[in-house]
Amino acid sequence: MDFNLSEERRMLRDMLQRLLSERYSHDARRKLLASGAAYDTEILSELADLGILGAMFSEADNGFGGTGFDIAVVFEELGRSGVIEPVLAVAVLGGALIAQLGTDTQRHLIDQIISGQTVIALAHSEPGARYDIGDVSSLAVAEGDDIVINGAKTHVINGAQADHLIVSARMDTEIVLFLVSKDTRGLSIVNHANVDGTSGARLQMTDLRVSKAQQLGGHGTAITALNATMARAILAVSAEALGAMEAAKDLTVTYLKERRQFGMPIGKFQVLQHRMADVLIEIEQARSAVINLAGHLDAEPKLRDLHVSATKNLIGRVGALVAEEAIQLHGGIGMTDEYALSHFARRLTMIDHMFGDVDYHIERFIQLSSA
Amino acid sequence: MDLGYTTEQDAFRTMVRAFLSEKLPASIAEKTRLGKRLSKADMETWHSILNEKGWLAPNWPKAYGGAEWDVVQRQIFEEEACFAHAPRVVPFGLTMLAPVLMKYGTEAQRQKFLPRILTGEDWWCQGYSEPGAGSDLAALKTRAVLDGDHYVVNGQKTWTTLGQHANWIFCLVRTNTEVKKQEGISFLLIDMKTPGVVVRPITLIDGDAEVNEVFFDNVRVPVENLVGEQDKGWTYAKYLLTHERTNIAGVGFSDAALRTLKHVAANTIAGGKPLSRNPHFAARVAQAEIDLMAMRTTNLRVVSAAAKGQAPGAESSMLKIKGTLLRQELTALLRRAAGPDAMPYLPDYLEGGDNADSMGPEHAPAAAPGYFNMRKLSIFGGSNEIQRTIISKAILDL
Repeated sequence: MDFNLSEERRMLRDMLQRLLSERYSHDARRKLLASGAAYDTEILSELADLGILGAMFSEADNGFGGTGFDIAVVFEELGRSGVIEPVLAVAVLGGALIAQLGTDTQRHLIDQIISGQTVIALAHSEPGARYDIGDVSSLAVAEGDDIVINGAKTHVINGAQADHLIVSARMDTEIVLFLVSKDTRGLSIVNHANVDGTSGARLQMTDLRVSKAQQLGGHGTAITALNATMARAILAVSAEALGAMEAAKDLTVTYLKERRQFGMPIGKFQVLQHRMADVLIEIEQARSAVINLAGHLDAEPKLRDLHVSATKNLIGRVGALVAEEAIQLHGGIGMTDEYALSHFARRLTMIDHMFGDVDYHIERFIQLSSA
Repeated sequence: MDLGYTTEQDAFRTMVRAFLSEKLPASIAEKTRLGKRLSKADMETWHSILNEKGWLAPNWPKAYGGAEWDVVQRQIFEEEACFAHAPRVVPFGLTMLAPVLMKYGTEAQRQKFLPRILTGEDWWCQGYSEPGAGSDLAALKTRAVLDGDHYVVNGQKTWTTLGQHANWIFCLVRTNTEVKKQEGISFLLIDMKTPGVVVRPITLIDGDAEVNEVFFDNVRVPVENLVGEQDKGWTYAKYLLTHERTNIAGVGFSDAALRTLKHVAANTIAGGKPLSRNPHFAARVAQAEIDLMAMRTTNLRVVSAAAKGQAPGAESSMLKIKGTLLRQELTALLRRAAGPDAMPYLPDYLEGGDNADSMGPEHAPAAAPGYFNMRKLSIFGGSNEIQRTIISKAILDL
């Protein structure tokens, strides 16, 4: 047993912390979002230069990490600073699928992803599918050497900022993935901001024509790869939530010490002390859950998925508690857009709406543990 | 014990229901049903419809143009109005300031201000909280100094709900710094068009700006706008708060929210079956419903005690805590029911546009903003922590 980070990961974390503390501020983030931009492209390329995107890939994929603990270390820091740059879409969702399934030609994209030159997005969720990754009704039909796709996708993370999209469709009852360029005829993409400041897109595929060479992975490989990718993405957002919880906790503890009412700091009131103590206990539980999943990310799928659902359920519950308690302990100021806390609270809350919420994952956990 | 309503009360409910179905504009009800934002004009329209019927001020005596309903009638109206998705009546003039003027104001103040509250000529807002005076309201610092026949006001108020629509503000101001903090406060009525008044909106976590900061820079207020006696404002402020806490349980709001939630859950397919059949989700909805059934009776027990002449005191703190937690739980469940469709932020839709290109169900876009907005319930009007302190002191004698 050793719960310390390796020397390399500690260096990675320290470098990332330094970059974010120098270059990332709440005010700059607010200004950027108010301008209508999805994220700061310079920050993304600085993250790439630092090796943050490369750390999401194994050496075999030209990266220098790719394990659960690499993802956990990086995303905790991204969450602590409220980073909205598309590391999740590019290096975890899109990148992991290409790394698992790509042909040699397709895998050339990984180098561009690692260097921050290419943005890639996964267009998989469909309207009404909620969290069920097997619920795909977009249709792919072979026409000579081509394949023609029709259907709609929703909640495509950074879909409108992407240069390439991975789209899923059903072909001969099987789910199949395709790698397409954003400019392909038949593809229309509508951007929208999310409640937490991230960007999503809706996507319409109307007679979208692709070549067979654009298929990502052979028949029968997509669902396994999607499950493995979801496990990575759930680890990433869980670690991101952990960072946001730590940030919310730090802001709240500082506020409890500084805010004076009735002639004393409100942190002197025992009732508030006890509630903050409960928040701390739950955040430590969240940290352990992230460690559990990080350590089982490469385990056999059943064991891995048991940890995926356990962690995502616990993160959802603790995330709601931390967001709600941090706001309540602040009072009105915690609800203002101007103050960083409301942004951490929004992200914490919305992470429960990504890749399965507490109800979805408790049900999945019960199924997996009774099977 | 008799849990039923009288024949008269049943007839009253029928009358209210018929009025709502005839007079409540469909466009306003639709916005309320979907959690969209109401414009100033929407609120004014609904006020004027109620005023025409004589129902805008249920708690006022008939002599002032009120309906003079008893608490059970008011409760019935609240339930029916929420059921019909009527917007809430903006309370600052009608249920907060008016009782203070009736009890402590001069005849001239009553004659001048009460009719204008009914007609909508004046829109009042509440100048209580300050950056340094929230739960500890009596610590307020906004200063009013007598200068001839005017007070000169300097300072800042905050969390002023709908202050952007208001032309008058009732304010607690400090007129004496030499005495105990509660004894140096006065209650002033301030015309917001007076030079030196500046309103700045505060954007909140839901993306909307329903609260404001109000700044006072050498604002001259005629002495006839002082309510009651100088330095006695704390008494009036506390009297106003007892009225702020009427209908604090929000049973009608919870009824409407529960009905919406059950409808959404029954029509949302999750994992191949309606969400209402998901045991984890359904259990939380059922628990909220069970709590609401009990709270309806708790609320009626408290209000009917008040109807017999007993003022609801610390019991209203109990209703506030339980009622706000329940309303918050219902919004959390509605957000969760929306699933991934709770993520997009669609301000155009919330401002009244249609849902054509959101590709989600109609309740989804307001689910997360509504959840975040309702966090205020346990903070404002005396935070739930303050209410628990009131209960421990006033009921438990601890």
